[in-house]
Amino acid sequence: MIDNNILAPVFIHLFTAIIQLICWRKTVTQRVLSIGGSVLGLLVAIRLFNRVDQSGILTMNAANWDAPFGIVFVADTLSTTLVLLTSIVAVAVSMFSTVGISKKRMLYGYFPIFHFLILGLIGAFLTGDIFNLYVFFEVIIISSFVLMTLGGRKAQLEGGVKYMAMNILASTFFLTGIGIVYGLTGTLNMADLAIKIQAVDNQTLVGLTSCFFIIGFGIKSAVFPLYYWLPSSYHTPPSAVAATFGGLLTKVGIYAMLRIFSLIFIPDDFMQSLLMVMAVFTIITGSLGALIKNNIRRLFSYLIVCHIGFLVGGIAMFSTVALTGVIFYLIHDIMVKTNMFLIAGLIRQLKGTLEMNRLGGLYKEYPKISLLIAVVLFSLVGIPPLSGFWPKIFLFQEAFSQEQYIFALTLIIGSFVTLYVIAKMWARVFWRDQEEERTVNSSFDSLQPYRKVLLVLPILMLATVTLFIGLNAEYVLKIASKIAAQLIDTEPYIKAVLGNR
Amino acid sequence: MKSPILQTATRYLLPILLLFSVFLLLRGHYYPGGGFVGGLVASIAFVLHSFANGTADTLKILRYQPISFIPIGLSLLVLSTVAPLLGGLPPMTALWFEQPVPVIGMIGSALFFDIGVYLVVIGVILTILFTIALD
Repeated sequence: MIDNNILAPVFIHLFTAIIQLICWRKTVTQRVLSIGGSVLGLLVAIRLFNRVDQSGILTMNAANWDAPFGIVFVADTLSTTLVLLTSIVAVAVSMFSTVGISKKRMLYGYFPIFHFLILGLIGAFLTGDIFNLYVFFEVIIISSFVLMTLGGRKAQLEGGVKYMAMNILASTFFLTGIGIVYGLTGTLNMADLAIKIQAVDNQTLVGLTSCFFIIGFGIKSAVFPLYYWLPSSYHTPPSAVAATFGGLLTKVGIYAMLRIFSLIFIPDDFMQSLLMVMAVFTIITGSLGALIKNNIRRLFSYLIVCHIGFLVGGIAMFSTVALTGVIFYLIHDIMVKTNMFLIAGLIRQLKGTLEMNRLGGLYKEYPKISLLIAVVLFSLVGIPPLSGFWPKIFLFQEAFSQEQYIFALTLIIGSFVTLYVIAKMWARVFWRDQEEERTVNSSFDSLQPYRKVLLVLPILMLATVTLFIGLNAEYVLKIASKIAAQLIDTEPYIKAVLGNR
Repeated sequence: MKSPILQTATRYLLPILLLFSVFLLLRGHYYPGGGFVGGLVASIAFVLHSFANGTADTLKILRYQPISFIPIGLSLLVLSTVAPLLGGLPPMTALWFEQPVPVIGMIGSALFFDIGVYLVVIGVILTILFTIALD
């Protein structure tokens, strides 16, 4: 079905960014606009999600050119779910940024660039054209370079260079892959590619091309052995920025993998084992990294890597059950990882540092905030019935039925390491008494009450969504299994884009 | 560097280059306009002027800070993108006026998109170059 309004969330963020550019030096106006624009974007995303849920896949032919020739935008359940999650994150982060970002950064255009980033993410989820996907990836990485280096501290520039080098490399691989695919088939429309790639004589070349995409998306989603840029760059920008990055940027890579591997390069045995090996090593190296880190944000960065392994392993098994687990985990992970970096930002405001051995006594001083944080941390670890628990059941189930015992074992190791590091962090940061000689420079206590609310409310909001995912798992599961079914059987997607030809 | 030859030449070159950039804006290579190339040529014209007469002088003839071109261009560009939505058409569809305009020819929403690109390119390039020059 054709619906010309599916790009509305993109345009809302674009307009917000432009109006903010007009109010270049007025930081208060920018803050209000940012929250307003994000809330509006969220409402539109909810509407889009409901429409797709009720009436099936929606498409839009940009500039009125018919499907395989023009750029087509497709809103299926996977896209709209991710658009919805992105919009929720956008609201939370823009609220947190109003207080958590220094005024100096706002004067250099933090908010417009943030909205450009969200726009790029939403566009990448909605596009049905592989080259257009690349264009939106570029929008994302250019905005993220700016956000990463905004402020220009030395550590930030160092992290920014690593981040930029790896991501440009990823884009190069991705673009090369697109070039070869276009040479083989003469089309860039993903639905059209799905049909035409099967008719290519030289299937070995197709298999080789898919490696370009694996490397490209692998760097972006930080899988072994391509993840080193992530832990060495994510702890440098302000927490609000790190929250957007940690929650969403690596997940775009996973989304692109899901899309490409379900539509174009259906994984064969070799591809499945390759992905599985990558997943196993990602989990192991990620957990080993998390074990030794003392800085909270570095610890979280390694946990991102570790949990990306869960997702890639699920994709490697490529069955309805495994993909249900992947989608569920993706939904849970976006909410929790964003929230964790926001929490790191809050702890920094409370105590002025993120080094675990210098922190302590948070529970005694701020019991309510600590309990809120505990909910999020428990969800991350996957204590039943919270949200991290449910997807792992599916991953385990499928790992055993496909006899992937090594993956099952690493899943257990990954989960236990997560439990251990989070427990260690909880004991050190929240329960242990603050050592007397440390001088605490808390900027939180001196804030006006409404600013405190703006810092805590986004965390509360995301925690509520996490609780909803955990306690209302049946509804989320229904959506996840619907998405998984659509990923296995792509007939409806192709039909929606190309019509009945 | 103040060179009388360059200054005199720039006095004539600036209007010619700007005129040429407008020509490129209206007719890119392959008909519908070339906002990007046009914008590049126009910004080169201003950069040449700033070489000859100094950045402060160029800012004076520009009247506005180059950074203010960016939001104006962007809003023009986005408005021409979403305008077809009002008529129930997909975004970016080219809408055309019924009657051709003398000299220019047929005018459509694509032209406004190109003018938007033109302004954004001028704004971005002049902002970058003048920031470096003033430092």
